[in-house]
Amino acid sequence: MPTVDLAATDLRALNQALHQLSAGTNETQWEIVNPRGSHAVAVGVNAPVDITIRGSLGYYCAGMNRQAKVTVHGSVGPGVAENMMSGEVVVKGDASQYAGATGHGGLLVIEGNASSRCGISMKGIDIVVKGNIGHMSAFMAQAGNLVVCGDAGDALGDSIYEARLFVRGKVKSLGADCIEKPMRPEHIEIVGKLLARAGITDVKAEEFKRYGSARKLYTFNVDHADAYG
Amino acid sequence: MSYTNPPTTPRKSHTFDDYTLSEIRRAATTGIYDIRGAGAKRRVPHFDDLLFLGASMSRYPLEGYRERCDTDVVLGSRYAKKPLHLKIPITIAGMSFGSLSANAKEALGRGATIAGTSTTTGDGGMSTEERGQSQTLVYQYLPSRYGMNPEDLLKADAIEIVIGQGAKPGGGGMLLGQKITDRVAEMRTLPKGIDQRSASRHPDWTGPDDLEIKILELREITDWQKPIFIKVGGARPYYDVALAVKSGADVVVLDGMQGGTAATQEVFIEHVGMPTLACIRPAVQALQDLGMHRKVQLIVSGGIRNGADVAKALALGADAVSIGTAALVALGDNDPLREADYQKLGTTAGAYDDWHEGKDPAGITTQDPDLMARLDPVLAGRRLANYLKVMTLEAQTIARACGHNHVHNLEPEDLCALTLEAAAMARVPLAGTDWIPGRDRL
Repeated sequence: MPTVDLAATDLRALNQALHQLSAGTNETQWEIVNPRGSHAVAVGVNAPVDITIRGSLGYYCAGMNRQAKVTVHGSVGPGVAENMMSGEVVVKGDASQYAGATGHGGLLVIEGNASSRCGISMKGIDIVVKGNIGHMSAFMAQAGNLVVCGDAGDALGDSIYEARLFVRGKVKSLGADCIEKPMRPEHIEIVGKLLARAGITDVKAEEFKRYGSARKLYTFNVDHADAYG
Repeated sequence: MSYTNPPTTPRKSHTFDDYTLSEIRRAATTGIYDIRGAGAKRRVPHFDDLLFLGASMSRYPLEGYRERCDTDVVLGSRYAKKPLHLKIPITIAGMSFGSLSANAKEALGRGATIAGTSTTTGDGGMSTEERGQSQTLVYQYLPSRYGMNPEDLLKADAIEIVIGQGAKPGGGGMLLGQKITDRVAEMRTLPKGIDQRSASRHPDWTGPDDLEIKILELREITDWQKPIFIKVGGARPYYDVALAVKSGADVVVLDGMQGGTAATQEVFIEHVGMPTLACIRPAVQALQDLGMHRKVQLIVSGGIRNGADVAKALALGADAVSIGTAALVALGDNDPLREADYQKLGTTAGAYDDWHEGKDPAGITTQDPDLMARLDPVLAGRRLANYLKVMTLEAQTIARACGHNHVHNLEPEDLCALTLEAAAMARVPLAGTDWIPGRDRL
């Protein structure tokens, strides 16, 4: 198993090595130590490998990930797994702003809390947060599922499109055009499967409420102008 | 003949002119602001207000047809391993598939490739037609991130981070539902037929300190191969360009208020942002103050129409220019040959700007299959290539007349201004004087 010490190896060399991995690589297990808050660690990876990072990271960890499973034994800065296409990113600690921003696919698991704008502009990614999420989360969220075991901050799902939001705890407020919707059996199934994939066993899918778009702002109507303010 | 009570000629208000009155009536009827495409239509100081001095006794001209005058430009030499090498200093600006038809995007790629220059994607991702026909393709990285994926990012030849555009600095984008077809909707991960809003800020960074880290991420993902452009609307060019350089840009694209948009509010287009002419010198000053002029390249856009405009922009310090509206006209936009169709839409050739409605008779700003079929991408691409060739020849002609063997050797000293405003903005002397208003005391 290759171990890369970021105290001794520069970021460029690490990412270049990860980019050279292909689908049939034998080097499927990677360990990164001493990240010391580095930005852009393991970005743009496109191979079915496991990358374990021991320590906390700065911005954009695992950005644009494809196929890889990245596990962070620490906390992450802004934009973890931004624009992820596939694969899985697990953060054992907390996540700063914009977790999973614009992600198209894959699974992002935050075992701690996620800050503001979690899932902003998400486009198909699934995000599971074991703790709470901050304000303006799922802003303009287009597709995918955001599952929050704790509470959500202000203006959840503002200007949301077709993403599904599931919150187990309290929602401080809903954003423009975001409403509570009934949890039907298919939604309980979605949440149950995502909880299972995230390894969360002490929470039941039936305990969540669902939020999504009222679809009233999909076509501009001057009579709804106040809602845009 | 009686002179009692003679009639006066009916007089319309300059303030409340016919257009203004019609807009008041339109607003009163609909209750919603007017949306249109294109850039500012009002008269603003522009390149027409500048003249080249040419050579005579004090300068030595090059022979107009025989002596060499080069036009090539390198973009992205600061950090990128693979900077762009273009034959001409005229690029095609970012315009989205969605706002433009697939045929139009293909034509832009074809024309740019024949001419030896680059074209640029837009909001909505990279279309196969455009990538397939573009030898050099700049991939826009926008706040919406519609269609953004690492596969296309790696296919691009350069990345342009869009902070703003001249038609609407501070504004986001808009693509109305009638243009959201199945294909456009799929590329943008949105339901078909809804109004699509593009945010005005990026979702995962705020300010130049963050942007520096975002650029690091993009460089790492692309193994430092591709030039990173930053595009800003003409608002505070000195500070915006300085911050773009600080953030790590290889190239700054500066778009003045005459630069077009697919759709936004009329009031935004006409009342926000600065004329292109007013943006260039502060931008160049910022680069010079940082010791980065010609190291970080400057591309200027917004109202470039001919080789004289190209030459003037370069003389003021730009490394290249970019065209959008003019490129669409070269493809066939607003052609009087389709006047009957424009009349049916309640407009006239030359004034058609309801690009957001998707009814373009020229088949350019539409997703309607029947209208789109009117545009032959091969023929339209050839027209664009011809136009680019003419602009280049014109710029060369002027450069030679000013004694330069490369268009980049044009300089402010080759220019004078016809108006006080243009002299102050371009920081060149008023014609016949040595006075630069705003710089020199009387």
